[in-house]
Amino acid sequence: MVSSVRTGKTFAEKALARAAGLQTTIAGQVVDARPDVVLSHDNTAAIAKIFRSIGLQRVAIAERLVVTLDHAVPAPTPQHARNHAEVRAFVQEQGIRHFFEVGRGICHQVITEEALILPGQLIIGADSHTTHFGALGAFGVGVGRTEVAALWATGELWLRVPESIKIVVTGALGKGISAKDFCLHLIGQLGAEGGRYQSIEFSGAAIDSLSLDSRMVIPNMMAEFGAKNAYLAPDEKVFDYLAGRACRRLQLASGSPQAAQLADSLRAGALYPDAAAIYSAEHTFDAAAIQLTVACPHTGDAARPLAEVRGIRVQQAFIGTCTNGRLEDLALAAEVLRGQRVAAGTRLLVVPASSQVYADAIERGYMQILLAAGAAIGTPGCGPCMGNHMGVLAPGEVCISSANRNFKGRMGEPDAEIYLASPAVVAAAAVAGYIIDPREIGN
Amino acid sequence: MNAAAPAEAARSGCAGRVWKYGDGVNTDVLFPGKYTYTLRAAADIAAHALEDLDPLFTAGAVAGDVIVAGRNFGNGSSREQAVTCLLYRGVAAVVARSFARIYFRNGINQGLLLITCPAVVDAAQTGDAIEIDLAQSIIRLNGAAHAFPPLSPNMRSIIAAGGLVAHVRHKLGLSSTTAVKFSE
Ligand code: SF4
Repeated sequence: MVSSVRTGKTFAEKALARAAGLQTTIAGQVVDARPDVVLSHDNTAAIAKIFRSIGLQRVAIAERLVVTLDHAVPAPTPQHARNHAEVRAFVQEQGIRHFFEVGRGICHQVITEEALILPGQLIIGADSHTTHFGALGAFGVGVGRTEVAALWATGELWLRVPESIKIVVTGALGKGISAKDFCLHLIGQLGAEGGRYQSIEFSGAAIDSLSLDSRMVIPNMMAEFGAKNAYLAPDEKVFDYLAGRACRRLQLASGSPQAAQLADSLRAGALYPDAAAIYSAEHTFDAAAIQLTVACPHTGDAARPLAEVRGIRVQQAFIGTCTNGRLEDLALAAEVLRGQRVAAGTRLLVVPASSQVYADAIERGYMQILLAAGAAIGTPGCGPCMGNHMGVLAPGEVCISSANRNFKGRMGEPDAEIYLASPAVVAAAAVAGYIIDPREIGN
Repeated sequence: MNAAAPAEAARSGCAGRVWKYGDGVNTDVLFPGKYTYTLRAAADIAAHALEDLDPLFTAGAVAGDVIVAGRNFGNGSSREQAVTCLLYRGVAAVVARSFARIYFRNGINQGLLLITCPAVVDAAQTGDAIEIDLAQSIIRLNGAAHAFPPLSPNMRSIIAAGGLVAHVRHKLGLSSTTAVKFSE
């Protein structure tokens, strides 16, 4: 039982208190929260239909909406095209400024690059991987379409303040071991519902030392752990990145007084759990003990050390998605693929997570390496991740993917199999034609 | 097929036949992702319910049937069709060992009755007759009665209004408690 002397608060308790305009909250409490950002994507047209059934014409919070077209882009069928047209018409009619067209990239990546969500803020998305924004120290939570329609109408939504699990990752990841391997290992150990309804707070030296690109993998993957949200403490890396991106969007000169002010306001908005916060569970992982890990079909928790699945043939290798389609991921893939060729009988698809990632990867020469190796490059967006278009599998085919989800039928065909892995492992499988340790690929 | 029967069930309860499944029934097997941006009519959405898990269900479910399943029911995507495909198919309720978070919210907000009751999951088999009594928070199955925790007041008020859309209309003074139905 929680005693009255308890004073320490978790991140979730603090963030939802702020979003609900309350002094304090306690896990289990239901609050009416007002999100700073409400996200929807290709599902915006369907949400608009529900919104109209409420009987309203105008969205109450147009300035807080972000809409992207990313899930099936460019439109692969007339039905998808009609859906996109409806989304554009709605955006125009409602005066939604933060709208990102086909080709700009995946919602989670684009919102991050545009610095539209900041540390300590609340983002509610009509997308299960809205947990993603925990990498910036924000509270990101996914809900269904009807709830987003209700949000458009009233600007608020009931949320239960979740209990929190504390996960400490000590030490440092070994050479060639990525945040993705850690996440697959964690979900494999604790199960696909190990974090159900919980806020997952990560800390420890291994987390602090990760790049921003790597950090984003962690809260993103926590959707596969059943979590409501996840949290990494924002530090100077986060403030610098967001301040830079915000200046760019607002066309402020870096080094200007406004830019400095912006960075200060980011620091001021950040929330950190108290040392005396109460957790429903605590786990410690030694980063040095994590090996290359692969999730087998058809769940994220069917994780195995790579050595146990070495040799499984793959017809398709896919590098992309909101989980692992960033610059660092393409760099790792390029490192493996430099001077190599994709194996006969296997195809490699690469879809940058955003146009920014794409441009940066071209500038650094990664795209040339990938193309020379025989990769097919797709329009920035979700690509084959959810079986809508572009890279669906044939019956009986095996795909190794850098995505977050490997459910039966996810890539369009129930009799196909999906293995999840880091971009380096996917790239290595493309070269060998079967699952293999990237360190075995000679250069 | 429409949502009228399930909406009524969500208010008072229901009686029907069991379709029994295991752990981890996820949103992609409930409603495949490849249809999420193309199918809009209720009948079309209903036609694909559970098609990658159980073709017998797709062919044979009738209005009033109840799904009984294991842990983490509905894990995965936020897609609401994973709920509405069952409602449009006439499924009145899902009884599970546990539900995934977004699925649980979507269910309540659409008026699909979602009940956590491990004892029923242990006892039920496909084809069993099952009766859910909301007033008493009891499930009757094969001659035995199993209690389940009552729904919270918040959920009851949304369900009583006929789902979240009607609830919001009411809150904004746009209607009395009349439920507004929508179908994509
Ligand atoms: S890349 Fe995949 S997981 Fe990420 S938002 Fe798109 S469909 Fe969802």
